[in-house]
Amino acid sequence: MSTQTMPLAKAVTAGLRAALEADPSVMLMGEDIGRLGGVFRVTDGLQKDFGEHRVVDTPLAESGIVGTAIGLAMRGYRPVCEIQFDGFVFPAYDQITTQLAKIHNRSRGRIQVPVVIRIPYGGGIGAVEHHSESPEALFAHTAGLRVVSPATPQDAYDMMRAAVASPDPVIFLEPKGRYWSKGDVDLDSPVPSLDDAAGPDPLGTARVARSGTDVTLVAYGPTVATALSAAEALAAEGTSAEVVDLRSVSPLDVPTVAESVRRTGRCVVVHEAPSFFGSGAELAARLTEECFYSLEAPVLRVGGYHAPYPVAKLEHEYLPSVDRVLDAVDRTLAH
Amino acid sequence: MPHQVIDGSDVGSADVTPLVQLVAPTGERVHEPDNDGDHPGYAARVAHLTGDDLRAMYRDMVLTRRFDDEATALQRQGELALYAQATGQEAAQVGPAHALAAPDMVFPSYREHGILHVRGVDPVDRLRLYRGQDHGGWDPAEHNVALYTLVIGSHVLHATGYAMGVQRDGAVGTGDPERDTAVVACFGDGATSQGDVSEALVFAAVNDAPVVFWCQNNQWAISEPTTRQSSVPLYRRGEGFGVPSVRVDGNDVLACYAVMAEALERAHAGHGPTFVEAYTYRMGAHTTSDDPTRYRERAEEEYWRQRDPIDRLAALLRAEEHWDDDWAAGVAAEADALGETLRAGVRALGAPETTSMFDHVYATPHAQVAAERAWFERYEAETAEQTAQDAETAEVAR
Repeated sequence: MSTQTMPLAKAVTAGLRAALEADPSVMLMGEDIGRLGGVFRVTDGLQKDFGEHRVVDTPLAESGIVGTAIGLAMRGYRPVCEIQFDGFVFPAYDQITTQLAKIHNRSRGRIQVPVVIRIPYGGGIGAVEHHSESPEALFAHTAGLRVVSPATPQDAYDMMRAAVASPDPVIFLEPKGRYWSKGDVDLDSPVPSLDDAAGPDPLGTARVARSGTDVTLVAYGPTVATALSAAEALAAEGTSAEVVDLRSVSPLDVPTVAESVRRTGRCVVVHEAPSFFGSGAELAARLTEECFYSLEAPVLRVGGYHAPYPVAKLEHEYLPSVDRVLDAVDRTLAH
Repeated sequence: MPHQVIDGSDVGSADVTPLVQLVAPTGERVHEPDNDGDHPGYAARVAHLTGDDLRAMYRDMVLTRRFDDEATALQRQGELALYAQATGQEAAQVGPAHALAAPDMVFPSYREHGILHVRGVDPVDRLRLYRGQDHGGWDPAEHNVALYTLVIGSHVLHATGYAMGVQRDGAVGTGDPERDTAVVACFGDGATSQGDVSEALVFAAVNDAPVVFWCQNNQWAISEPTTRQSSVPLYRRGEGFGVPSVRVDGNDVLACYAVMAEALERAHAGHGPTFVEAYTYRMGAHTTSDDPTRYRERAEEEYWRQRDPIDRLAALLRAEEHWDDDWAAGVAAEADALGETLRAGVRALGAPETTSMFDHVYATPHAQVAAERAWFERYEAETAEQTAQDAETAEVAR
């Protein structure tokens, strides 16, 4: 077994490298991903090793990247597109929602479009406008797309390989604020299959990141670490918090969360995206339906505000912090 | 470049851009000057076509026109939700389709009924989308024709990406006609304003992708004339991206064939994309929901009716003694038979299963779709049971 300690960004790189090695139809496309290795260096060294036809520096046109990736997929390729920053995905939003998401359905299953859209997302890096956004709800609202976000290096490695192997398009949201957080990665872990209806969905199954009994904290991507820190602080105060890492917002693993909430009776959902019409709102509605009689308090949300992502000087007031999570937990416990 | 100049000023346009024409509206061949260098001349590209070839093109144009008439009637009878007519554009569709090689892949917009006809897509399948029965309707792999795409210009990028895949497969420049593959992106004058079309030209140009950008300028994007899309002739859009570009008389089936043949040759050889503006006219409405009397003049429609592409080919066949009344009667009978097949086939389509809306949303199991499908099936079953019980109660009461 080959286990190495590496930052999350490098685990994504390892996942891409493994996918490129495993399948000659896999290719990477994006702006500055070749010689530069991408602005976050996630594709560092891959063009050198796999060539310019498999690791492609594209013109600076996001709709063009996704639109041509769709055509390549129709020809039998498995393109992985890098969108340089979250706020720059919108020129491609039309291709993603009106074409990529619908072609399998439009063709009655005759055409698969196995395209992965990698998006470094979320805040906390002191960036300028359009570089810190969390657009997951916009994509989760479109049938035909899978929307996932890893929180750990091991998940980044495993989920990237599963995403590339997926016959369905995947929006792969990389928590750029956690790119340099390190963890162990077993590089020999098998690529899980998505075709097994009976088995767990390897891209859509939540995991319990920390067990607890008094309150359930639900998070994904960058806020999993926030929730775990909050749970640590709560433990010091004598409150036992369970942390569920969703991994995926489409599909949404409601059963895993509901099972936890039935035990704890309380739930706080934490994400960087605005709370308004966010994935936390969907989860709150579903928990109300699924475990109404187990709930001791309303499901609370800690998220971004209904305001444009603020300037860097204010982002720490905007982002869900450990203190805001603790405040929400206090409010649920007050019921 | 050899060309015949036609003056569009009598239809209210100052556009007198030269265009490739091989057959005049009167049915006479246009004699182009001899060419120097490697350009073989467009006339040379149709010199091999026999009387049978020309008659086959005529037949396809007549059948395409009849398909249009029948589909329009079916919409009026409530059998189709909508239909987009191709009448007037038969030469700009049948001509290029006859030039295609078997491996070539076509990405149509939603009005390319003539191209689909030549490629052998079943006529009833071509109307599933317009009946509201299917978002697609045929197997793209069977005839190398992608599905109709309704978002204007989106598929032009798909065509370009597909062509980039063709390059990666080594299926250009081999000299093997069964292997070398070109990709044709069909779109209209309105689509040239879409960013996706410009981006497709960028991607195709920098990659030398084997794409033919086949733009049918039918003069109208619903109610907006081409002057609302561009201040220069549309073929110059291609030039701006470094893509060899040409305007062809879109009502001259031989010129369309010749220009497409040249563009395909370039693509097959690995020499990259071509942009073609086929200058034609949408003789009908945009769709069956449209009313052109609100925005264009009868005189303009009449001007183009005098330039009907089917009449022009008929005139050529007569002038060159390929016309035969018995054969023409046979084509007309075939068109009648197509009409009957279409009417019966469309009426027999019925409606899809209600649960089919949940089919193929994903290729892999998805918990949300599975849960909603299960709920819907239970709801339908309970509703059906309740309806049956109500009927029974009403029967007993009676």
